[in-house]
Amino acid sequence: MDDQSPLLKTPLHALHVSLGARMVPFAGYDMPVQYPLGVLKEHLHTRAHAGLFDVSHMGQVIVRARSGNNADAALALEKLVPVDVAGLGIGRQRYGLFTNDDGGILDDLMITNRGDHLFLVVNAACKEADFAHLEKHLGASCEVTPIRDRSLLALQGPKAEAALASLAPAVASMKFMDVIATPILGVECIISRSGYSGEDGYEISVPDETAEALANALLAIDGVEPIGLGARDSLRLEAGLCLYGNDIDTGTTPVEAALEWAMQKARRIGGARAGGFPGADRILAELDKGASRRRVGLKPEGKAPVRGHTKLYADENGGSELGEVTSGGFGPTVEGPVAMGYLPVGHAANGTTVYAEVRGKYLPVTVTALPFITPTYKR
Amino acid sequence: MLKFTSEHEWLKIENGVATVGITTHAAEQLGDLVFVELPAAGKSFAKGADAATVESVKAASEVYCPLDGEIVESNDAITADPSLVNSDPQGAGWFFKLKLANPADADDLLDEAAYKELIA
Repeated sequence: MDDQSPLLKTPLHALHVSLGARMVPFAGYDMPVQYPLGVLKEHLHTRAHAGLFDVSHMGQVIVRARSGNNADAALALEKLVPVDVAGLGIGRQRYGLFTNDDGGILDDLMITNRGDHLFLVVNAACKEADFAHLEKHLGASCEVTPIRDRSLLALQGPKAEAALASLAPAVASMKFMDVIATPILGVECIISRSGYSGEDGYEISVPDETAEALANALLAIDGVEPIGLGARDSLRLEAGLCLYGNDIDTGTTPVEAALEWAMQKARRIGGARAGGFPGADRILAELDKGASRRRVGLKPEGKAPVRGHTKLYADENGGSELGEVTSGGFGPTVEGPVAMGYLPVGHAANGTTVYAEVRGKYLPVTVTALPFITPTYKR
Repeated sequence: MLKFTSEHEWLKIENGVATVGITTHAAEQLGDLVFVELPAAGKSFAKGADAATVESVKAASEVYCPLDGEIVESNDAITADPSLVNSDPQGAGWFFKLKLANPADADDLLDEAAYKELIA
């Protein structure tokens, strides 16, 4: 990303400004980091009621088999992800990872089987590279079509179902990771029951021209507040969810990142379609024997937040550097500091104490199971 | 005597000792504080040195020592409850008391009118 290029705006930009948001550059977009409520109260509001997030900066892309058979698109995509795409039912969504030849992670994404095509949602900072990656490797057998005229809104929290069902009754009966197409305000939206907060909720792909009307309709509902990127980050951290570029990147493998759950049996050794994705040799070996380091939850014992890039040591006086924190801050629901980072497997067991270097002191931090909160996904 | 710095601190100076805190404007910009670390009594700082740390959900920020001096007291109430800094930044949310090395240095700081102009 060229730092000199002008910031892009989502279709909700004017609405954010009118709501009093503090705008910051994020992945090339001018985005709301917080509204007047503030990060702490926005976080707590989302867990207690419902929060509306503008995630229109993320990439949306359709992959459609030239043969007309969606199974061919699924098999084509499986060449890029260690995920069982062919086994994904119609109207179902699944988390996935684009891997590289070294077994590193190029991006993480959501994959949906929409019946006659696949619908993918990828990270904002990676989207143009992802579109090119898909075109390069799938272009011969599939039409790869980035969607540049639809916004993406997320509605998260215990009141999300009632709020969205008041505009689109069909969403009430959806389960976690279901995806449907249904009209809202007279236009067809693609709605998944998923998100990035640890709460029940939805993500709504809506035509750009209707995005602001939809946001306003949701914000008019009692209990729905606009939530910025600041609280989005603290919510996902408490939920133990990775942020691409912080917790996972081309230097981390899926097994190091503790994302084995995203790689189904069909793609593992002995599975029906084992391997066949970039970096399969290393990733399959690590699935079998484990990796030498692992992403873990870290709970600082004191009150001081331990931020990203903080170094971690085995000894309380800073001896034996082990790794570093990849995401860390204050968890408003936990009411204390929370973090995640990478440790050698010998130090990665829950309950292990390591030491984080913060302003010249070595603060004890306990390896802790993720997530820090109990998710409320509607399974 | 009430003085201000361009780093958004206030100083209430009595008998060569400055009670120091962050301004209402600074507290609003930082957002809800969740952690405060204060210097121990007896510690000396030069003007501009990092004397305290404040953290919001999102980020950590340093609070600079506004003048040369020695800490004579710090406000344990805000380490126990950082939200005091947001609710009463220029009162109960004070940070520390600083015995000034050269009380006359305070003359160079901003008065309230100049500070208000700075943040306007």
